[in-house]
Amino acid sequence: MELAAIFISAVLVQNFVLYYFLGICPFLGVSKKIDSAFSMGLAVTFVMSITAVVSWLINNLILIPFGLDYLQIVSFILVIASLVQLVEMFIRKISPPLYQALGIYLPLITTNCAIMGLALIAALNEYSFVETVIFGFSSGIGFTLAIVLIAGIREQLDLADVPEPLKGAGIALIVAGIMALAFNGFIGMLT
Amino acid sequence: MTEILISIITMTALGFLFSVGLVFAYKKLKVEEDPKIEQVSEALPQANCGACGYAGCRAFAEAVAKGEAEVNGCPVGGEDVTSEIANILGIEAPEVVKQLARLHCRGTHEAAKDKGPYIGISTCHAAHLIGGTKQCSFGCLHSGDCVRVCPFDALHMGEEGLPVVDEDKCTACGKCVDACPRNLFELHPVSQEIIVFCRSLDRGAASRKACKNACIACGICARACPEAIVMENNIAVITDYKKISPDKIPEIEKCPTDAIGRLHKDTNEEEKEEEKKEDEG
Repeated sequence: MELAAIFISAVLVQNFVLYYFLGICPFLGVSKKIDSAFSMGLAVTFVMSITAVVSWLINNLILIPFGLDYLQIVSFILVIASLVQLVEMFIRKISPPLYQALGIYLPLITTNCAIMGLALIAALNEYSFVETVIFGFSSGIGFTLAIVLIAGIREQLDLADVPEPLKGAGIALIVAGIMALAFNGFIGMLT
Repeated sequence: MTEILISIITMTALGFLFSVGLVFAYKKLKVEEDPKIEQVSEALPQANCGACGYAGCRAFAEAVAKGEAEVNGCPVGGEDVTSEIANILGIEAPEVVKQLARLHCRGTHEAAKDKGPYIGISTCHAAHLIGGTKQCSFGCLHSGDCVRVCPFDALHMGEEGLPVVDEDKCTACGKCVDACPRNLFELHPVSQEIIVFCRSLDRGAASRKACKNACIACGICARACPEAIVMENNIAVITDYKKISPDKIPEIEKCPTDAIGRLHKDTNEEEKEEEKKEDEG
């Protein structure tokens, strides 16, 4: 039951993009087409799941036993940067078509604050190992959901009669704001 | 003190661990790549301007190495780069037609009449949104969006208020073509001498009232060279510049408003006058 709550919370209620406002850069930058938005979502989910596991290991096996909590941010940066490198090499070797599809998005994830936020929030909530795994994966799903939704809306917006000064980023930000309000409505689900 | 030591040691150890891991992973997972990609990439200008239609120089190099893109696909590099790429791939270099960006407007501060003063964000796009500052709603807005967007420093604002193309620096990347809210730039081969310097679709009388150098659709040029120039929507349109024979140029340049003609007419004419003087002398 606890795990289901974490899952629903990360996907809908405390969605990384629409609740914490983390990872706005790819959310606006890669949301012009559903296809690429979905690829980006998958790449983020992938990296988030792995980051959650490795950062939990480092946090609970090295940092906390030695009383080095204050090194969390630095070591998480290290974890994320190395992991993305590793994942990139791995995908390139195993599946060149997937590597092509993800393209520039993969290295871009290194500097994505949503990943960093995930590692820090998981540490802050003192999740157990299983909880962290679920949290990482479902946060990625939440990100994918948000980015695919806005990509669908933006594809429609291309055909809509948008006032000239609001075209592009302007209307996208307004849509993002309305989406965040709508997702806030899910807060009642968990209380 | 010990705390500092511990943290330094931990971070160093972690960093070392990850770097060793990455080095091993790199050795294990290394992907052999076509060496041509690297070579072609080095030959390219590395401006990443996207004029070739690919995401950047690297993406273009990959496409060339695969044979998906033409060897002469990089308009910025021109002939030198094309022959270099052709060398790398071991094929004959096709001919490159050098193109330049040309401004299709002669509405200088003096020639084009103002509608009123413009106070606001000084970009052409902003000015265009409220209809511009000139009576002519097709001409240059003088705020220099094109100058700012040019990655090769080939555009600068002339004294008369129109952007001037530096022909040596212009690489025909097409950024100014996209930047101009009134689509006044177009890429033309260097060999094209005759250009229509106006985009006004207003009727003759209205055009003339708004700008001294506007095309008034009188049709003199179209009658002089009907196989290459036609009148459409109150403006002269060059359908095929190759059909303009050099002996028709003086006829075409009888244009009463200078809206069509050679870009470098002035210098040519000075030369001619000098020649005349020499002949007389």
